[in-house]
Amino acid sequence: MTYLTLAHLEKSFGQNHVVKDFNLTVEKGEFISLLGPSGCGKTTVLRMIAGFEAPSSGAITIEGQDVTGLRTSARNIGMMFQAYALFPNLTVAENVGFGLKVGGVAKAERAARVTEILEMIGLPELGGRYPFQLSGGQQQRVALARALAPRPRVLLLDEPLSALDAKVRVALRNEIRSIQQELGITTIFVTHDQEEALSVSDRIVVMNAGVADQVGTPFEIYNRPATRFAAGFVGTLNLIAAKVIDPKTGTVALAGMNLQVQGTAQRAAGSDVTLALRPEGLRLGRGDGEGAVFRANVASVQFMGSTIRIEVMAAGQKLTLDTFNRADQPPPRPGDEVEISLSGNNAIVLD
Amino acid sequence: MTRFLAWLALIFGCVFFILPLVGMGEFSLKMRRGVYSFDAYRKVFEDPTFWATFGYSLVLAAATIVVGVLLVVPTAYWVRLRLPKARPYVEFVTLLPLVIPAIVVVFGYIRLFNTSSILPLTGTAFGTDFLLTMGYTTLALPYMYRSVDTGLRTIDVATLTEAAQSLGAGWLTILARIILPNVMVAVLSGAFLTLAIVMGEFTMAALLNRPAFGPYMQLLGANRAYEPPALAVIAFAITWGCMGLMQLVTRLAKHERAKA
Repeated sequence: MTYLTLAHLEKSFGQNHVVKDFNLTVEKGEFISLLGPSGCGKTTVLRMIAGFEAPSSGAITIEGQDVTGLRTSARNIGMMFQAYALFPNLTVAENVGFGLKVGGVAKAERAARVTEILEMIGLPELGGRYPFQLSGGQQQRVALARALAPRPRVLLLDEPLSALDAKVRVALRNEIRSIQQELGITTIFVTHDQEEALSVSDRIVVMNAGVADQVGTPFEIYNRPATRFAAGFVGTLNLIAAKVIDPKTGTVALAGMNLQVQGTAQRAAGSDVTLALRPEGLRLGRGDGEGAVFRANVASVQFMGSTIRIEVMAAGQKLTLDTFNRADQPPPRPGDEVEISLSGNNAIVLD
Repeated sequence: MTRFLAWLALIFGCVFFILPLVGMGEFSLKMRRGVYSFDAYRKVFEDPTFWATFGYSLVLAAATIVVGVLLVVPTAYWVRLRLPKARPYVEFVTLLPLVIPAIVVVFGYIRLFNTSSILPLTGTAFGTDFLLTMGYTTLALPYMYRSVDTGLRTIDVATLTEAAQSLGAGWLTILARIILPNVMVAVLSGAFLTLAIVMGEFTMAALLNRPAFGPYMQLLGANRAYEPPALAVIAFAITWGCMGLMQLVTRLAKHERAKA
């Protein structure tokens, strides 16, 4: 059943058309990420769901209730901000209990809920502290607890991890995800970090210039990007020029070789296309003999631990490929002549 | 050499400020010929008019502070949150009392609110007190607004407001539970300045003919020799007492330690 619906949302600030015909339906308990570069309108969409901005046109429905004209305080939502936004004059427990107090929950019940939720975020002993006595990660956890305490219908996360350092960021995003799954709370997460979006989301909305470019699971978004923007924004991509030989069989020509790919049915023979390949879609060596094989010259090697990223020059352009580290197989060195192969199954055809 | 000059400047400054006070204090103790005594102070404290006028001004100061806070905190908050473009204009308006003399303001009041006007506030004692409180609020506006605005600058007004809204809070709750407590120190310093202004104000109280402390000090100063400096010393003691109190309150507010 559809829980949250955004229908034909539009938003303009003066001449600036920030969000254009944005449509999205969210199921109960889903974790949706709005992913895009800064200025793509993702935060504006979130702020419209929260009620901080009124849409120029369109409708927002939560649990079948049209909330488009409803003020924020009546929407029953929970929100986390990039800047934590804990109330500096209140203790952790008072911060977490704020929404309950405002909502008229009795003192004893409130205290019980605050204890319960502080335990859930793993900070049961910090109830008496003030926000300035906490680290950034702890503050953001408290902000999560505060948002969850009044049992909101939707949890909205506005880049809550951006201000934290790398280690805390990964730990907290996993924690947010596990708490979200435990509570089954419908969540909208705004981020510009593709890794964050890919790792925690049920579905991702890739946004560009106010438009939802593609909506899909992380697997779909990564492996079958629908647009050049989605392909380029999420992950690293090699772009190779090719020419369609036979649209029916999916044969394309690149650098003097023929390759079978998918997704050429709509294109005319002889038209130019671009093949996009993830670094892990290229292989070092001949592989199983399928697909195309290039002679390549190693330009640089980055050892990243479990994987090795190699940049090579092949067919007159720079290609990036990832390979797993193996203790018995040292990586090539810059300047080495190698062979690389690619399979048409991994290639995405773009215009 | 620079160290020496710095010390010299400091000592000069101290002497410049303290010497007149010492002279005044010393004079206030000389009422009895040949020996130091607290006779002048006793006289002041024994005078029921002192207590009456002092109490009156204190009550009015409290009323002024309440009105000022109720007027300035929501205004400064709203300007910061929603009308940032209006800030220069609001600042200009709050600065007007520094440019327009109190006597002009009070003559305006008397013309507008006299007994033959539509709103004859000067007809009753309470009405005049109300008018005086409004006048004091106007006089204190530049100090109150500035200190509250500075206080608001130290917190993220917009995000805190949105956080509170998302938790279901209305405007009144946001102002009373979130904004006001976080600018309390600024409000207190504004309140302290207001108190200082009201306690010493002469023009408005005299022209509206109310028994305030300012006219009393003037009356005493015109007719007595030793009591006025004693009164001045008392006034200083009160002022510094207020300052100390303010510091204490600041220290007691736990969350303010973060800013220190």
